[in-house]
Amino acid sequence: MLLLTPPLAWFVVIYLASLATLLVTAFWTIDPFTTRIVQVWTTLNFERILEEPAYRAIISRTVVMAALVTLTDALLAFPFAYYMARVASRRVQTLLFAAVLLPLWASYLARVYAWILILNHNGVLNWSLTSIGLPAPDIGYTNTAMWVVFSYIWLPFMIIPVYAALERVPDSMLEAASDLGARRWRAIRDVVLPLSLPGVVAGSIFTFSLTLGDYITPILVGGAGSSFIGNVIYSNVGIANNIPFAAALAIIPVAIMAVYLLIAQRLGAFEAL
Amino acid sequence: MKFGALAVALVVVTACGTTPGGGGSTQQQPPTANIKPPDSIGAGEGQLNLIAWEGYVDDSWKKQFTQQTGCAVNAKYAGSSDEMVTLMKDGGGGQYDMVSASGDADLRLIYGGDVKPMNEKLIPDWNNFQTYFKNPPYNTINGIHYGISLQWGPNTLLYNTQKFPNKPTSWAVIYDPASKGLITVPDNPIQIADAALYLSKTKPDLKITDPYELKKNQFDAAVQLLKDQRPLIKKYWALASDEISLFQNGDVVVGAAWPYQTIQLKAAKAPVDDTIPVEGATGWGDTWMLATKAPHPNCAYKWTAYVSTAKVQALQALFFGETPVNTQACAQMEALQAGSCKQYHADAPGSYFDQIKFWKTPIAACGDGSNNCIPYDQWLAAWTTIKG
Repeated sequence: MLLLTPPLAWFVVIYLASLATLLVTAFWTIDPFTTRIVQVWTTLNFERILEEPAYRAIISRTVVMAALVTLTDALLAFPFAYYMARVASRRVQTLLFAAVLLPLWASYLARVYAWILILNHNGVLNWSLTSIGLPAPDIGYTNTAMWVVFSYIWLPFMIIPVYAALERVPDSMLEAASDLGARRWRAIRDVVLPLSLPGVVAGSIFTFSLTLGDYITPILVGGAGSSFIGNVIYSNVGIANNIPFAAALAIIPVAIMAVYLLIAQRLGAFEAL
Repeated sequence: MKFGALAVALVVVTACGTTPGGGGSTQQQPPTANIKPPDSIGAGEGQLNLIAWEGYVDDSWKKQFTQQTGCAVNAKYAGSSDEMVTLMKDGGGGQYDMVSASGDADLRLIYGGDVKPMNEKLIPDWNNFQTYFKNPPYNTINGIHYGISLQWGPNTLLYNTQKFPNKPTSWAVIYDPASKGLITVPDNPIQIADAALYLSKTKPDLKITDPYELKKNQFDAAVQLLKDQRPLIKKYWALASDEISLFQNGDVVVGAAWPYQTIQLKAAKAPVDDTIPVEGATGWGDTWMLATKAPHPNCAYKWTAYVSTAKVQALQALFFGETPVNTQACAQMEALQAGSCKQYHADAPGSYFDQIKFWKTPIAACGDGSNNCIPYDQWLAAWTTIKG
C-alpha cells in the first residue's frame, strides 16, 4: 500500500486535478475587451458551441472521421493479423511484425508529408492512374485524403492488439469446431471472430482516440473545411487566449471517449490489452 | 495562474483616433510608456537573444555583427505572429531581448506591456528611413517609439501565367467560382481585412474606410464574402512553403501571397507572376521591438543600429524578398542585383504607401472615436467559422 502511494498521488493530483480544472474553467468566460478570465459560473461557452453551426459541423466531422478510420483499420487489420497469427510460418511472422512496426520508426510528419507527395495534383496517384487511361481522382487536400492518411498512420495500432487476441484463441477450440463438422469459414465466424472481438475493440480505442485528438493531419492534408476539434482548441489557446472556450471544447472529446471506453469495457477490451 | 498576459492588449481605448501619415497614433498610454529609454549605448553584454522570422537573422549579416560588437546572436524562429506574442509574454520573461514583430502583433505586445519604448536617436540610420516608417501607427503611439521599423512588403495576388495569360487586375479572381478548387489564401484571421479592403472598393455603400476598424455590419459583410469563398478554396496555407508547393504541384492557380513566394517559384522556373490589383493591397511592416525585461539591452541597440544600415537592409531585403525602410539601401540593392530597387518599390514615393493598408491589430476603438469596432478575438472566432 505504501508503495502505491506515489503513483496514486500522481494520478490524483496531476491527472484528476487537471481534469477538474479543465471542467471548471469551461464554465468560466473571458471579458471580451480585456480577454481576462471572469470567474463567474456560466454555460455561455457550451451554448456557443451548440448554437454555432460551424462548431457542430467540426465536432461531427471529427467523430465521423474517427469512426470511419476505426472501421477501415479493423477491416484491413483483421485478415492481416489472422494471417500473421494463424497461418504464417515463424519466419514470415517475424518479417511481418517488422513490416508492421517499421513505419513507427519514421517520424509521423515524414509519413504525412510522403502522403502529400502521393496525393497532390501532380502526385504519384494521379500520375499513375492517368497514365493507364483512368480519370485522376485528385483527392489531395480533401477529407478523403485525411481518411486515407489517418487509416494508414494508425493501422499498426489496430494490427497489434488484434494479432494478440487471435494468437490467444486456443487451437483446441478450432479442433473442436472442426470435429463438430464446422468448415473453416464457419469456424472463423463462430469461434475466432467472437473470441478476437475484444482485441478489435482494444485496437479501436487507439485508432478512435488518436484520430479524435489529432490536429496536425488536418492542417497538412486537409483542405478548406477540414478543421478538427483540436484545431479549434489550438487556435483558441494560442491565438485568442480564450482558455475557457478552449476548455469547453476540450470537454467534448473527453466526454466522447468516456462513453466509448465504457462500451469498450463492456465488450471486454481491457482483458485483451 | 497568469492567463491574461494579452489581457491589456484589447483594452477599451478611450481617447483615440489614428492620424494618417507620419505621426503614429494617439491612443491610451501603454503600460510601459513611462519607462525612459537610455540616452547612449553602453558596452555590449556578449549575448543577444532574438525571436525572429526565419531568414531575418541570416549568417550572411549576423557573423559580421558578432565580429564587430562581440555580441553572440541566438535566434529563435517563430512560425506566426501569435507564436511571437506567446513567446514574448511577461516582457520576454527575462530570456528574450528583441522580437521582429509584424504589425498585426505590435499593438498586442505594446498594450500587453511586453515591449518598452526605444530611443530612435541611438539608431543613426533612422533619419534615412522612408517618412512613413519613422512613425507608423502600428509601432508609434503618442509619439513614443515601441520599436524601430525594419522591412515591409505588400500582400500580393499570385497567379499561374498559363491559366491567366492576361494579368488579373482585380482581387475578384480569388472570389470567382470560375477558379473553384484552384484558389489558396493564407490561414490567418487578418485575411478578413483583405476581404474588407476588396469590399471597400466594390461595395462603397458599406463605407469601409480602414479594413482593420470594422463596425458590425461591415465585419459581417467581409465574413460572409469569405464564407462564400470557402467552397472555392483548395487549401488555406499556413507556411509560405505550403503555398509554394501548392503552386508547383498544380493544385492551385491563383491566391494571395507574399513577394517571397513569387521569388522562390520563379527561381524554380514555375510559370507564375504577381501583381497588386486595382483595389490596392494589405501589407505587413516589421519592427524590431525591445522586450520589457531584456537582459542584454546594449547588444539589442547595437543590433538594431546594425540592421538599419543601408548595406544590411539591402542584404536582408534581397534574401527574404521584401523592401527596406532605409531609403539609402536602394543603391546597395542595385549593386547586389540590378533592377531590384524598383522591383521591390524601395524607391517608392510617399503616395505609394496610401495604396497599402498595413497590418495592425484590430481593437475595439475605431478611428472615429467610438468603441464599437470588432476586436481581434472576434476576428479569430469568425475565422474558425469561415474555415469550417
